[in-house]
Amino acid sequence: MSDAPSEAPPDVPDDLRYASSHEWARLEDGVVTVGVTDFAQQALGDVVFVELPELDSQVQSGVEAGVVESVKAASDIYSPVSGTVVAVNETLEDAPESVNEDPYGDGWFFKVEPDDPEELDELLDADGYTETCESEDGDH
Amino acid sequence: MTTQGSARTPLYDAHVAAGARLTHFAGYSMPLHYGSQLAEHRLVRVGAGMFDVSHMAVTDLAGDGARDFLARVMSNDPHKARPGRAVYTMLLNESGGVVDDVIVYGRDNGYRVVSNAATREKVRAWFDRHAASFQVALRERRDLALLAVQGPQALEIFAATQGVDVAALAPFTSLEHAGSLYARTGYTGEDGLEVILPGEQAVQLWDRLRASGVSPAGLAARDTLRVEAGLMLYGQDMDDATTPLESALGWTVAWDPPSRAFLGREALARQRAAKAARVLKGIVLTAKRIMRPGCVVQTGAGEGEITSGIFSPTLGFSIGFARIPRNAAGDCRVVIRGNPLPGRIVKLPFVRRGKQVFE
Repeated sequence: MSDAPSEAPPDVPDDLRYASSHEWARLEDGVVTVGVTDFAQQALGDVVFVELPELDSQVQSGVEAGVVESVKAASDIYSPVSGTVVAVNETLEDAPESVNEDPYGDGWFFKVEPDDPEELDELLDADGYTETCESEDGDH
Repeated sequence: MTTQGSARTPLYDAHVAAGARLTHFAGYSMPLHYGSQLAEHRLVRVGAGMFDVSHMAVTDLAGDGARDFLARVMSNDPHKARPGRAVYTMLLNESGGVVDDVIVYGRDNGYRVVSNAATREKVRAWFDRHAASFQVALRERRDLALLAVQGPQALEIFAATQGVDVAALAPFTSLEHAGSLYARTGYTGEDGLEVILPGEQAVQLWDRLRASGVSPAGLAARDTLRVEAGLMLYGQDMDDATTPLESALGWTVAWDPPSRAFLGREALARQRAAKAARVLKGIVLTAKRIMRPGCVVQTGAGEGEITSGIFSPTLGFSIGFARIPRNAAGDCRVVIRGNPLPGRIVKLPFVRRGKQVFE
């Protein structure tokens, strides 16, 4: 089975940075919050389990830091930046549907204190990420 | 692959209007879900949902030899297909493998067979080949639509909306009225109906049911509902190379009378005497992961493989079917993305009428 491109175009907020593997990153007060994008949650379908990195663990940019299991498939979550995990969203344990309902808000995954905040500059901006999504939609 | 060029059922526009995410399935553009397959699944367990299954193949059988033809090609007892009765059966090949699983509806003047969409051409050719020796006329009915209305409230809402006394139907019986066939059958483990009606009336029925509180549900919810109910899917849980005895479908084989020479009988009788080495059983996973088809299952009696695996919305964990060595029982491990995770072998089904039934 293959899915047709979905109805509503995915939401790509201008104030975030993006990894081509469909995570978003928001820098606030020296800490980077990480989640998956609206495009990703639409493609995944209903999310049912989320496995997060451990608090105080080290994550590496582009290396898997967790797993999101949806009705459709299991997918690795990559950290967009390297650093130390300073918070994880424990509410996803009981409410994994937050990832679908509010991917840029309540559906956040973890927070990283980056080793090098300038690493964020290497990520895509909203326009660059939108292009990535459009080219993936065309692959169907 | 895109949905461009796919066939459309009479309800295609209704699906698009309801916000369906469409998928290409068996040559048709079909609704996968309308936003959340979990929500659709739950609605069918507590209320009423409807599935467009018009992609399935409907074949009418007529003629003096129709019953003898069925006695030759169906594994189940053809006498159960009296007028107004429905029978679930396998069609078997000479090796006892499953050509397709179908429902045969007995009618006043013949029979109606509903078979899978993905096997349409194969079954047509197979029917034609075996029908040649019987006085039977086969007619494929692409003019008809199929709507499954399922859930604890399905019969009540349907009767009130359509003025057809479907609540009086016993399970696996049907009635015909004004060109439509109403059967108390389904693929969800809930009470409900399957309606076979003229294609041009499908939109009106859909709209009326929607207005009465029946929610559209897609193929994704249909799949998770049928796994919870312990119902097999052709091409995934059984196929041309596996027999009913290897697929938890032995109950669909009518061995009496011994004189009935149905296709595949000899091969199946040999396997029955020797006992099938591998059988299909239920698996539940305790880890917070989801089993998928193809996952290896490690048991004390040897390895097997998941044929269907889902997240169960009713139970909150992953369940599935696995073809495993006959003597396997108790605890097992399911290999998911390289990790052997703890699971348990259980008796089917998992859920009946909205409640867990295995121990």
